[in-house]
Amino acid sequence: MDRLIQPAMFGQPFMQNALLTGSIAAMLAGLVGFFVVLRGVSFAAHALGQIGFAGASGAVLVGVAPLWGLVMFALGGALGLGLLGAREHGRDAATALVLVAALGLGALFIALNGSYATAAFTLLFGSIVGISRDQVWQTGALALACVVGLAILYRPLLLSSVDAEMAAARGVPVRLVGTLFLVVVGVAAAVTIPTVGTLLIFSLMVGPAAAANALTSRPWAAMGLAIALSLLATWVGLIVAYDTGWPIGFIISAAVAALYMGARLAGPRRIRRRGVMPAPVAPAGAQAY
Amino acid sequence: MDWVGQYLFSSDMFGNDQVAGALLAGTVVAAVSAVLGYFVVLRGLSFIGHAVTDIGFTGGAGSALLGLNALWGLITFCVAAALGVGALGTRARERDVATGVILALALGIGAMFLYIDTRYVSAPFTLLFGSIFEVDTATTRAMVLIGIGCLAVLAVLYRPLLYSSLAPEAAEARGVPVRAISAVFLVCMAVAVAEAAQVVGVLLSTALLIGPPATASYLVVRPGLGIALAALIGVFETWLGIDLSYVSYNWPPGSKGWPVSFFITSLVLLCYILARLLRPAFRRRVAAAPARHRKA
Repeated sequence: MDRLIQPAMFGQPFMQNALLTGSIAAMLAGLVGFFVVLRGVSFAAHALGQIGFAGASGAVLVGVAPLWGLVMFALGGALGLGLLGAREHGRDAATALVLVAALGLGALFIALNGSYATAAFTLLFGSIVGISRDQVWQTGALALACVVGLAILYRPLLLSSVDAEMAAARGVPVRLVGTLFLVVVGVAAAVTIPTVGTLLIFSLMVGPAAAANALTSRPWAAMGLAIALSLLATWVGLIVAYDTGWPIGFIISAAVAALYMGARLAGPRRIRRRGVMPAPVAPAGAQAY
Repeated sequence: MDWVGQYLFSSDMFGNDQVAGALLAGTVVAAVSAVLGYFVVLRGLSFIGHAVTDIGFTGGAGSALLGLNALWGLITFCVAAALGVGALGTRARERDVATGVILALALGIGAMFLYIDTRYVSAPFTLLFGSIFEVDTATTRAMVLIGIGCLAVLAVLYRPLLYSSLAPEAAEARGVPVRAISAVFLVCMAVAVAEAAQVVGVLLSTALLIGPPATASYLVVRPGLGIALAALIGVFETWLGIDLSYVSYNWPPGSKGWPVSFFITSLVLLCYILARLLRPAFRRRVAAAPARHRKA
């Protein structure tokens, strides 16, 4: 092992594309992930990724580009989750059922279509080496749309995430805001899945934001930290994958898990000392999507 | 009425060995899952219940890599994952995130296993969609034994488990060992769900674990009744799904059956939505009953 970071890797066009797309996906995932963790909707984020996967197989069946199937299904899934995601105990049960119904549709598409296994494998685990420059632009444009959407939603979303009852009392349409946020999560998952895979985007959406939340309680700091940790994990993953040829999904998810465990071990003491972390005020299950 | 026999229900299916095996395995999975699932839904553990099955794929791939018995590798991995989630997340919000991180890590390790040994590249798909029509009798027998074991543990734990699911703080105050019960329940669930996923696929195992109990809990309040209704609904959905899949050979595009997992998952979601829409009617009756009683 002579050198960890080989300068040659930055000269390769495919690595440049991979670094660009990976960085865009990582920043988007860190930003969206902050709200995913705050609202406790990791399961919905996982489900939206897999729902998009079912949509891609449907798109292949009818002969359109997989990205359209991904986006359509992610949008439909987000609306379905928003409609069914009531403020009561059945919330995560509804998520599970929307997820399995969408995957059941995916099974139908694959059965009617015949051979799809290898393409589906790429979608599941991502293939960061085969990214064209066009895909970089596409990912960037849709990521920008997600960021704009989050910026518009920011204040009502933050208020209804932290205290749903107070938000409702102040006239925030809590349910609509929650559903719109899920649409953003769905689109973010859909645009990043073809390049980084269902597995990775989920890993980047939950882990870095959870680690950041354990370290700081100020929203802006936590958001920035989540984005930074997400970028760090992605770059480590790309560099190690380039050196070793290991699957990038493994390296990034291991890095993210290590960051999360480290933050959990280091975190609580700091938060207690500052004493600014309020206990979640809303009673369990009181919060809509 | 010919079209009924051709497109909706065909009694020939009971003469078919594959279908008979599927009906038997499906009934066992549906019944055991519904009973366990009642507590999964009550305790808000749907995400873990689903994650455990996905994690099972890594255990299966890993044990294949090491040349171990797939079932034991699967069960070991699932139990470890369930206990890990239980240890990392004591509060609901932490548990949600901990489940996510552990799920992502397990899938990443699974990707690594598949990279080391490419023979199992199609394993995720077999495990995801499963095949209830290809269950052999030995597997069904193992599943019946595991199911009976899990149900026996649940029967012993029934009262403290129910108490600590409904009112954890009160149960703890009265000396119920809440954490120990939670851990035993997670292990039980992991074993049963991992085994079910191996037999009918991740998709159906999650659907039957969450769907029928969630449906039943919208219709009845009493736990014993709810568990029985959930088991009934689960078995009904499984049988109807198998039947539709059997007759779908006559459906367009022809000569190709539609997958049974599609039918069962759609039925599960449909019944759940119906139950949610019907609930106001049930609620009014429940609310009205004592009022009438008082007048009389």
